[in-house]
Amino acid sequence: MELRLTNVAVARGGVPVLSGVSFTLAAGKALILRGPNGSGKTTLLRTIAGLQPPLSGQIDGAEDAVAYAGHADGLKAMLSVAENLKFWAAIYGRRDIGPALDAYALAPLAERLTGTLSAGQKRRAGLARLMVTGRPIWILDEPTVSLDVDAVEMFAKAVQTHLAAGGMALLATHIDLGLAQAQVLDVTPLRAAPSDMHGASDEAFL
Amino acid sequence: MRAMLIRDLRLAFRAGGGFGLGLAFFLILVVLVPFSVGPQGELLASIAPGVLWLGALLACLLSLDRLLALDFEDGTLDVLATAPLPLEAALAMKSLAHWITTGLPLVLAAPFLGILLNLPTQGFSWLVISLLLGTPALSMIGTFGAALTVGIKRGGLLMSLLVLPLYVPTLIFGAEAARRGVVGMDVQTPLFLLAGISLGAIALLPFAAAAALRMTIR
Repeated sequence: MELRLTNVAVARGGVPVLSGVSFTLAAGKALILRGPNGSGKTTLLRTIAGLQPPLSGQIDGAEDAVAYAGHADGLKAMLSVAENLKFWAAIYGRRDIGPALDAYALAPLAERLTGTLSAGQKRRAGLARLMVTGRPIWILDEPTVSLDVDAVEMFAKAVQTHLAAGGMALLATHIDLGLAQAQVLDVTPLRAAPSDMHGASDEAFL
Repeated sequence: MRAMLIRDLRLAFRAGGGFGLGLAFFLILVVLVPFSVGPQGELLASIAPGVLWLGALLACLLSLDRLLALDFEDGTLDVLATAPLPLEAALAMKSLAHWITTGLPLVLAAPFLGILLNLPTQGFSWLVISLLLGTPALSMIGTFGAALTVGIKRGGLLMSLLVLPLYVPTLIFGAEAARRGVVGMDVQTPLFLLAGISLGAIALLPFAAAAALRMTIR
């Protein structure tokens, strides 16, 4: 079980942003993407998650294995935390939400409507969603936004537990999570040249 | 799949879920028609099937805007697209939930509103049957329209324009079946065509809607 990217190029809005991305992520390992705003981290993560096709190159091992957490949490404001997590667990064919609630100290909030939570609490619930999916590859886009120090620690611990169980994690983040064994990939040098424009348009209605 | 349906139904009945919006619109429209047309019983009776069908169609259209837009905004669609549940099944369930919360109440309310429009008694059952057969097509076609326009801010106008022509056959055969029922003519042909449209929509449009959605969220 490994995730392998071979010479992948990705585009956003018809403009190529990254090219020549290659790496291999083995079970139990984490990869942290770094780069300034707009350097294509989110686009790369969405491509690996399968939400958009790559311009070129090959992505192996990602299909039906990823759990994606983007900027939005995918939680309904008018459902309670437990209802939200149970729904996502059911979608992934699972039931148990207990470990996820425990890992992010959500048990006291389980019956609260998600819409009444603070931004940080909501984020914790959104991250807990990854744990109920049971998928091996976690793809996390800026997971620590609006989390306090304690919550970041909870998150780091959850990722370490996941890695120890043979999972993988792909993160785009600016802060240090203390993941000792994580590889770091700086995407800045991989910026796509204008010559890669050929065939870049993915607009369906252009 | 069941979880998807239950979640959508639960959301619809919670505050701000929009349940009753279509029904209230239908009610207002049909209550106001006799006032605007005037107290001519025969005229009302002859336009009743058409008005009820038109009201049901517009009420359906009114709630389509929210069908996928809210899930798009909070990132649910991104996660659904990467989940093991096929997007086709998820959209079919969403459209079923839309029918249960919008179409079914309209079907149940229609006979009572028929009284207001002086609908002859022999037409009631055919009106209900035609709505029961036709409204699933409205929900399914609407889901397809919503999937096409979900990425566009304030895409409601574009969606209405896309969906309305697709609604025309359903409206024609639905209203025709109800009208024939009222005047005591043979209703078989329009009812069969109406059922055909609904079955075709249910069989094909989840795939079209999922394809459109994959295009719009990337």
